[in-house]
Amino acid sequence: MSGQLRLLTDTLASAKRAGRAALIAYLPAGFPTVDDGIAALRTTLDAGADIVEVGLPHSDPVLDGPVIQTADDIALRGGVRIADVLRTVREVHAATGKPVLVMSYWNPVARYGIERFARELAAAGGAGCVLPDLPVAESASWRRHATEHELATVFVVAPSSTDASLAETAAAGTGFVYASALMGVTGTRESVDEAAAVLVRRLRTVTELPVCAGMGVADAGQAAEVAGFADGVIVGSALVEKLLDEGTTALERLTARLAAGVRGRTA
Amino acid sequence: MKHDFFFPAAPGTLPDGDGYFGAFGGQFVPQALVAAIDQVAAEYERAKADPAFIARLEDLLAHYVGRPSALTEVPRFAAHAGGARVFLKREDLNHTGSHKVNNALGQALLAERMGKTRVIAETGAGSHGVATATACALTGLACTVYMGQTDIGRQAVNVARMRLLGAEVVPVTSGSRTLKDAINETFRDWVAHVEDTHYLFGTVAGPHPFPAMIRDFQRVIGVEARRQLLARTGRLPDAAIACVGGGSNAIGLFHAFLDDPGVRLIGCEAAGHGVRSGQHAASLVAGEPGVLHGSRSYVLQDDEGQISEAWSISAGLDYPGVGPEHAHLHESGRAEYRPVTDDEAMHAFRLLASTEGIVPAIESAHALAGALEVGAELGPDAVILVNLSGRGDKDLDTAAVHFGLEGAR
Repeated sequence: MSGQLRLLTDTLASAKRAGRAALIAYLPAGFPTVDDGIAALRTTLDAGADIVEVGLPHSDPVLDGPVIQTADDIALRGGVRIADVLRTVREVHAATGKPVLVMSYWNPVARYGIERFARELAAAGGAGCVLPDLPVAESASWRRHATEHELATVFVVAPSSTDASLAETAAAGTGFVYASALMGVTGTRESVDEAAAVLVRRLRTVTELPVCAGMGVADAGQAAEVAGFADGVIVGSALVEKLLDEGTTALERLTARLAAGVRGRTA
Repeated sequence: MKHDFFFPAAPGTLPDGDGYFGAFGGQFVPQALVAAIDQVAAEYERAKADPAFIARLEDLLAHYVGRPSALTEVPRFAAHAGGARVFLKREDLNHTGSHKVNNALGQALLAERMGKTRVIAETGAGSHGVATATACALTGLACTVYMGQTDIGRQAVNVARMRLLGAEVVPVTSGSRTLKDAINETFRDWVAHVEDTHYLFGTVAGPHPFPAMIRDFQRVIGVEARRQLLARTGRLPDAAIACVGGGSNAIGLFHAFLDDPGVRLIGCEAAGHGVRSGQHAASLVAGEPGVLHGSRSYVLQDDEGQISEAWSISAGLDYPGVGPEHAHLHESGRAEYRPVTDDEAMHAFRLLASTEGIVPAIESAHALAGALEVGAELGPDAVILVNLSGRGDKDLDTAAVHFGLEGAR
């Protein structure tokens, strides 16, 4: 293992050594514009996020709730292209030195060219890909190219997955396992579901990979709660909504509170 | 046992064990849905071998739906089709007014077997929504139907019908506000409520096992029509023609003729304002392979895999994808797919009404337009079978506007 996959693994390991969970921030590329999106991602890393996921906006974000749908619409109406997503990865990584993942629905990657996407993502300094609608059974080609270019392949698992499926998925992934802790599409929730902790516990029995939990975290208290059982706390919709409604300063403040949360501080 | 109306495809028929028809199909779904989809696949395998399930479905198809549906020869219409003999498979005469009920009843019984208490569905023209709401009223399942805001506007009668049947109709305001977006929203609901909810998908698209299972529930169309036509004419048709949106009525018609090499299988896609206008829904004629709604098939998309908005005057065909088995039949050459514009379809719509007293669904009118064209090509000795997949009551507002039939003239 080397390259940016190593950086991702080291970042998660270093948070663990510090006795805390990592904070993983998600924002779509091109939202509200490509340059402002780059600035926003840098803001989250400067404010305490350890890792970022850059969303590749899609016309049909079937696994996302209304907030990310709106952000994707804004990005696509603004004309965002895959080249802009890759530029976002390049500039955010170059400016911060931190791990930058891409999260994408499968069709854009397949259409762009699986090998081409993997090669260009690696060249941009990307650490890997989260591919939420690509099940393990369909992933052989992507994983071959990801391995060749030393990119992480992060699979998303859910509470409804069987133990056999959790084991198979965890074994096929690299970097970390994304525990989609709440049943349902992305969006913020009032409270963190018990299902999250149960799912993470089940994953611990089948994998040595770090387990990061996402979907629904909106404040420091929830971040602290999830950090109590997961290696990473993934926050998407709450950050997107903050940027959408209140702008960069509010985004920075929320990220800082979440970063305190994953360190067990919620004051 | 003797099957009268339920004809699951023989073992060894595509798809393969991974859900592929050649290069198309598969299961591109989040892990959150894999368990539910596996359950549907396993339960369907058990059900189709269970005499009690088969008996109940066949009883409903006979005494509730009214199968077998008629085969009607339409000579006055055929006079405009090069003089060929034209026969219509009358799925419009089914209870609820379209072929959709064949699948809705099958899956509703399956949902019951799985212990689900709630059914969700997408609908474009409302035909599948009405069929699903009907099946749920009959079985006592709770029902929610997602429908694009644009389609709610153009299919008001079906919206009222679904609500009367006890279904909740949820307007979808994202994206193009049509069938594609209704499917997106139904998938979102399913991911969130997968424990107690079955997604009663309406067409032969989506992740495996939906394309194969829904095809099986629709195979009755072709099996019946083949028998009826042989009994009436002593021969097989030269061409079997159906409209193709997602493609369930077409695959239901085609499948019985796959091994009859003399029967041309012709799918009519909605070409909207013309394939070159960019405003159409002709995924096979003008699209390229891609992944949409859980399977790999032909889709309308840009060069970076963003799905394009489709256009058709027919809400039921207004979809930028198509079932994977059609993509396979297209690439293998066993079936051919042609574009039919809004104007061509509306011409055939009015022609059938005025020559034969049958008002077709605008979706089905695309197949009728195809028959006019194919009849002219084949000449007077030809026999053409057309699937009249639905009736046009729901489309009277659209037709009245299109032909300027409103007002006190």
